[in-house]
Amino acid sequence: MKKPSNLWRSITLGLAVLAGLIVYAYGFQVTKVSLEETRSPRRQTQLIRIIRAIAQPDILEYQKQEFEVNAPIYVPCPSGDLNLPEPDRSGPYMVITPPCADPHAEINVEGFNFEPNTEGPIFFIPPSDVRLQMGNIQTDSSGHFTVTVTLPKRPSEELQHVLVITRRNVGAPYFTQTAKDTWDKIIETVFLALLATTIGTALAIPVSFFAARNLMRDVRSPLASISLSILAWPAGLLIGVQATRLVTNFSHMLTDNVALSVGGLFAGFLVAWFPARWALPQAEIQRPSTLMRLARLLALLIAAFSTILFLILFSNLIVSLGNVLAAHLSIFGFVGTFVSDLGEILSMVVVLIAAAAGGGALSSTAGRIGQFLNMRVSGATNRIISLILAGLAGATMLAIIGAVINWLYQIDNPIKTLWIPAGVGAVLGVILSSRAKEADTLPVGLSIYFIVRTILNSLRSIEPLIMVIVFAVWVGIGPFAGVLALSLHTIAALSKLYSEQVESILSGPLEAVTATGATRLQTIIYAVVPQIVPPYISFTMYRWDINVRMSTIIGFAGGGGIGFLLQQNINLLNYRAASAQMVAIAIVVASMDYLSSKMRERVV
Amino acid sequence: MLTVNNLTKIYDGNVLALDDVSFQAKDGEFLAIIGLSGSGKSTLLRCINRLIEPTSGQILWDGRDITAASSEELRTIRRKIGMVFQHFNLVHRSSVLTNVLAGRLGYVNPAMSLINRFPKEDIDKAIKQLERVGIADKAHQRADELSGGQQQRVGVARALIQDPEIILADEPVASLDPVLAHSIMRYLELINKEDGVTVLCSLHFLDLVHRYAHRVVALNEGKLVFEGLPEEIDDDMFKEIYGQEAERVG
Repeated sequence: MKKPSNLWRSITLGLAVLAGLIVYAYGFQVTKVSLEETRSPRRQTQLIRIIRAIAQPDILEYQKQEFEVNAPIYVPCPSGDLNLPEPDRSGPYMVITPPCADPHAEINVEGFNFEPNTEGPIFFIPPSDVRLQMGNIQTDSSGHFTVTVTLPKRPSEELQHVLVITRRNVGAPYFTQTAKDTWDKIIETVFLALLATTIGTALAIPVSFFAARNLMRDVRSPLASISLSILAWPAGLLIGVQATRLVTNFSHMLTDNVALSVGGLFAGFLVAWFPARWALPQAEIQRPSTLMRLARLLALLIAAFSTILFLILFSNLIVSLGNVLAAHLSIFGFVGTFVSDLGEILSMVVVLIAAAAGGGALSSTAGRIGQFLNMRVSGATNRIISLILAGLAGATMLAIIGAVINWLYQIDNPIKTLWIPAGVGAVLGVILSSRAKEADTLPVGLSIYFIVRTILNSLRSIEPLIMVIVFAVWVGIGPFAGVLALSLHTIAALSKLYSEQVESILSGPLEAVTATGATRLQTIIYAVVPQIVPPYISFTMYRWDINVRMSTIIGFAGGGGIGFLLQQNINLLNYRAASAQMVAIAIVVASMDYLSSKMRERVV
Repeated sequence: MLTVNNLTKIYDGNVLALDDVSFQAKDGEFLAIIGLSGSGKSTLLRCINRLIEPTSGQILWDGRDITAASSEELRTIRRKIGMVFQHFNLVHRSSVLTNVLAGRLGYVNPAMSLINRFPKEDIDKAIKQLERVGIADKAHQRADELSGGQQQRVGVARALIQDPEIILADEPVASLDPVLAHSIMRYLELINKEDGVTVLCSLHFLDLVHRYAHRVVALNEGKLVFEGLPEEIDDDMFKEIYGQEAERVG
């Protein structure tokens, strides 16, 4: 390789330095770097005041006792003799020199026998008894002070006074109201982070499998099967919701009576358990006959309905139990409220589970039928069937998207939001189907992977501080909004981290378990999960750490926790209180840091 | 009878891994597959249980077309085909017993196996297979605590618990020393003789082929270059399989 000439190198270097200079000069300009401001004395005094306030967090205070010491003075000097009483030298006393002076004159006040190292104001007391502050005193270690003050313009014939008030701490220190509020809020903050991490982790684990390329890459299906699945999903969802509604109505007959309710609970469990056990035998050596399969399907349907009934009755029972507990546990009433909340969450989730199960079951059955059709029916019939199915599926999909758009923008024009999308979808489906060969499979898995990844990436780019604004509108300003915002962000961030761990597992065990004839789900449980447990725990800890940090400031945007208090105090210029909150945040974050690193060390 | 007809596999990017390969394996046969690294041995074995989808061609087993099986049929086919791997492919953080029980996943009810519940008979069976390969005492240790030879025995036990009719062994002894290699090969031989399981085993060393195999197929750059008895591999044939530069050792 030829070595470039020295001159050329010098020129490039010079140009690079020049370019760097311009970049930083522009940076200084746009960020408004102002050295003058940093030197301005007014700003400096303000800065010093704030730093001193921050250095004295408002955490502890003492009961204060006030001491008042008087000294007589004439303003102006009387014509006759100065007849001043001698001060009592047994306690604290003051000597004023000169003992009389004109208004606006400077006098020297000397104090003896005061409390050492205290401070307090010095007043001039005219006969009207108002207090005119002339300055402050500061005693030394022997309780002595001297101060020169200027007398106010209050001439009088009568004897007037100079008053010094000192304060002394008495008794043990106690926590200020600020400290108590800070404690309450920091507890709220820690639990906010705990809930957000728990909810986020629970949901991020399943999502992460859909966002892992190595698991989704091999999921492919023929077009007919995909079309049928797409058609079956909405139908299944609807059936699930309707089934839940039906069973809920039925369960109302039972819930009025406790005995009936408990009986229904047991009956529901038994009717769910035994048919399910029968329909899902422990091991299957022979392929079952069609009749047997139908019988099993029926048994599973019965079991599904009983399960819904069981869950609804169970959730009702939990709600009642929680209410009873809440009423009787006095201080620990919150446990009862929590139990009742759990029951309510369960009853809400039952609908979702039933809908998801209905959709999933129907669409997987439909998918199998599609596969069967693809295998068994050949030639023109197959082509026609798949053309029709693809057209229908395309129409359904775009019609659903159209409905979402209509909901968002309220167009309310069925031709634009329903018929045109449906038509376009049908045409697209038919085109896709006519181009695909009979045996072709489409990469369903990768499509799902890309959709999930896109959603996660866009969610992750929205800061929780912004998300919380939307949630605060929904559930009101407070910690609950913060929990929801942090949970959502946790799902997005953790799913990404988790899925990268899934992508980096050893493929060997995956291959080996697949080769035994395991289903995809079994493969995940037996070959993937054991490999990802340590990194998952480690990332969850890491996220918990981030969530604690995040929850300390999420209150700035209405998310509850200590940030709310901190922002209030900063806005009120109450820097000593703000300082107390900053200290609390520092302690919590540092100890979480330490704890999570210790726990990570232990599990990994 | 396992019949492979005109099997071709082209990987993404036009890499021809298998080129029109056809051969047969009789029931109860110990068939060795030899060839250089990259000659397509692993691809061939993985096409048989469709861990790799063949591009074209047909694989027939007792009249059933494996290549045309639906995903559900494929599961019932796979559970009758055990597989042993060069790098053992055990799940390191799971116990030896769980690794062996994973071989029953094709049989057990998917719902129950998700919460790690196996029928009592399966657990007994797993212990029995571990006894057979001589490491029953390690059943509750973590798989990565075992030595290489012990790990491969777990791999063999996992294949055995499937009650297989075929075992596909992908260079099962390539990561082991010669002594361990023979002990693992003897287990495969035993299974072949006692249980009558057809074994398809890819191998590197010709002495192992001579010692254990009934019949040999040889691959070179994805093409089938030899099918016959081990004794029929003379010096010319050897050069044909392994290339002109190769020299016979041992």
